[in-house]
Amino acid sequence: MGPRPPSLEIRSAPHLHAPLSVERIMRNVVLALLPLCAFGVYVFGLSAAVLILVVTASCLVTEHLFNRLSGRANTLSDWSATITGLLLALTLPPGLPLWMGAVAGFIAIGLGKALFGGLGFNVFNPALVGRAFAQAAFPAAITTWTAPFVEGRFVQFIPTSLTAPFMTPASATSGYGVVPLDMVSGATPLALHKFERITTDALDLLLGSTAGSLGETSALLILVCGAYLAARRMLDWRIPVAVLASAFVVAAVFYLADPRIYPDPLFMLLTGGLMLGAVFMATDMVGSPVTPLGVWLFGALIGSVTIIIRLFGGLPEGVMYAILLGNAATPLIEAVTQPRVYGETRGKKKP
Amino acid sequence: MSLLERLARKTFSKGVHPPGKKASTQAQPIRRLPFAAQLFVPLSQHLGRAAIALVRPGQEVVRGEPIARADGFLSVPIHAPATGIIQGSALIPTAQGPKTEALVLNVYAADSQRVLYGAPREVEHLAPPELISAIQASGMVGLGGAAFPTHAKLATAREKNVETLIVNGCECEPYLTTDHRLMLEWADDLLRGIRYALTASGAGRAILGIEDNKPDALASLRARLAQDERITVEAVKTKYPQGSAELLIKALLGREVPAGGRSHDVGVVVQNIATLAELGKLLPRHEGLIERVVTISGPGIKRPGNYLVPLGTPLAFVLEQVGFTGDAGEIILGGPMMGMTVASLEVPVTKAVSGILALQGAVRAGGARRVYPCITCGECLRACPMHLNPAQLGQLAARREYETMAQRFHLDTCFECGCCTYVCPANIPLIHYFRIAKSVLREKAA
Repeated sequence: MGPRPPSLEIRSAPHLHAPLSVERIMRNVVLALLPLCAFGVYVFGLSAAVLILVVTASCLVTEHLFNRLSGRANTLSDWSATITGLLLALTLPPGLPLWMGAVAGFIAIGLGKALFGGLGFNVFNPALVGRAFAQAAFPAAITTWTAPFVEGRFVQFIPTSLTAPFMTPASATSGYGVVPLDMVSGATPLALHKFERITTDALDLLLGSTAGSLGETSALLILVCGAYLAARRMLDWRIPVAVLASAFVVAAVFYLADPRIYPDPLFMLLTGGLMLGAVFMATDMVGSPVTPLGVWLFGALIGSVTIIIRLFGGLPEGVMYAILLGNAATPLIEAVTQPRVYGETRGKKKP
Repeated sequence: MSLLERLARKTFSKGVHPPGKKASTQAQPIRRLPFAAQLFVPLSQHLGRAAIALVRPGQEVVRGEPIARADGFLSVPIHAPATGIIQGSALIPTAQGPKTEALVLNVYAADSQRVLYGAPREVEHLAPPELISAIQASGMVGLGGAAFPTHAKLATAREKNVETLIVNGCECEPYLTTDHRLMLEWADDLLRGIRYALTASGAGRAILGIEDNKPDALASLRARLAQDERITVEAVKTKYPQGSAELLIKALLGREVPAGGRSHDVGVVVQNIATLAELGKLLPRHEGLIERVVTISGPGIKRPGNYLVPLGTPLAFVLEQVGFTGDAGEIILGGPMMGMTVASLEVPVTKAVSGILALQGAVRAGGARRVYPCITCGECLRACPMHLNPAQLGQLAARREYETMAQRFHLDTCFECGCCTYVCPANIPLIHYFRIAKSVLREKAA
């Protein structure tokens, strides 16, 4: 009777699946981060390129090492460790000693991700865990900035980059090797404002021709890359909108109260890591809430805490801690913002 | 359709848009499938108590003759799908798992197979109670897949004084086109069936909800219904799972069936297109349900289409008739979003089977998709039409916290439409987890 009876698979419905996969989302995030990396290299040169490679390699090796130690399957192919590496590199000063970058990468994956149980189980954004560690361990190096567009940046390293492992660079301007580079230490626009009350031109901030972390300088490019992901539904646009809107509102309140002391809100949006953090860090799916209302609350928390830290904290920058705080608050936010279910009659008991 | 009309289309919130896959069958007229040499007619093809056999081994039966009677009110009789001789009863496999008792009917090969049982009668003037018993006697059940006895649903609706009869012509499952074809080809039967259902349920008006991917059915029914002011036709947006009764009520009337409640709690009774079309065909002839229209489709089928299949026909015979290529890993009863795979081709077509699909399956596609941990991307929350939190439910299921799932996260509201699992980029079998959770809780409660 007919063809040989086939071997039948018993599966649970549904028997169709949308094309989206974790691997595809992660690959697209990597794609969206590449222009930022390229721009960072264009602005800061060879040091930036090598720092990105070293940090990312460190993350991948660490991920592989922990997989081997815990007997898990290889997870490098899901691209998540690559994202952590790129994101972490983008938050670091371009002239950071390479060995510090490698250590930060190890901490990001090891402490920020693997110890929690790997992808999906990490409470905090791993890249920010690495960044926070670097901030605590290398306070001087992490706040040593390099001016953009330095002559000869593509053929020579920023002197501090090649500091020997476990050594601290003397100073960014001390020169290195036989040919001293005309490297000027550049202060970030935020630091300039906080400590010297100098405001940077908004256009420079948009285009990214200022001193700062590797990938945070061009607000415009970050927005474009983020929009690409959001258009592909691989990034929740509500989070950056909530972060930026709340940061703007809080900054505006202070600015209106006393414009001489407090910077204008647009300046606040365009400076520091806020844009990068809002678009690429706060939106890390694992550490952000899933409930519709929770997403807005989460973004608003991050935006306002960022401004409060910037204005009243000892540091010029506050995005990192704001997002880590947001990550920590996520379970609480989710618990209080469960959506109303179809047919649910709240407060009423069934007869 | 203008942009404004598109935006104003009636629908529910969330849901998904799986590929329709209806092109290969929706334009083809309903055809009749030949009779298999042997039919296996289960005594339980409906929700409720199994029917009680009326025939003995060796007894000759005529096509359409009752061979099993209803066991109480929540049960329906079974009629002989073909003229032949009863060989006996046997335990046969089902898609659900446990074997079930079926009457084995050896079909007379030379018989013309015209339905000789039954005689024309006047139905329009029957009083509701008589109509309801006539519907029960026809063996009619919900043909959309639930197989709930139709007369019982209509009788309850009458008791609860519902005001609206919603006729479900959404057919939101991919591949399936039986309702579409029935609306085009059996329109007169459908209209009669709607009138019977209005009388039986006591509802004052009927609304046909039809997805707007069937413009020909919408147009032809609108034209025919112009005379009857009790019946209106509404287009609803093509979106899965619009065919769920709760979501169709929401789309058409804006009402939500309260959790744990039924349609009649919001004054509505919902009936499937196919059910009412069959009803309109069978009642005036005083016949019983002995065959049904089934969409047979999928990449493994050479001659996809809509076929009128005698109940009790084994899948092996059906597949042979429609040119099964043998190149399929999954044979599914129903649609691809909610249907069940079968483990054996001895499973027969029953009243609940709306589709038979031969899909490639995971093994032939190069292995099952890799399952990642949940990255809380939120896709499932954006898909769940019941506004549940499937991500949270899935994480609780992984920790076996089934009570928490039910008490705090509305597990019982989930009707297993499969949207969350369809979109999950981590390929987590969420619906499967939820089914396990529900059955564990059921067992604990029992």
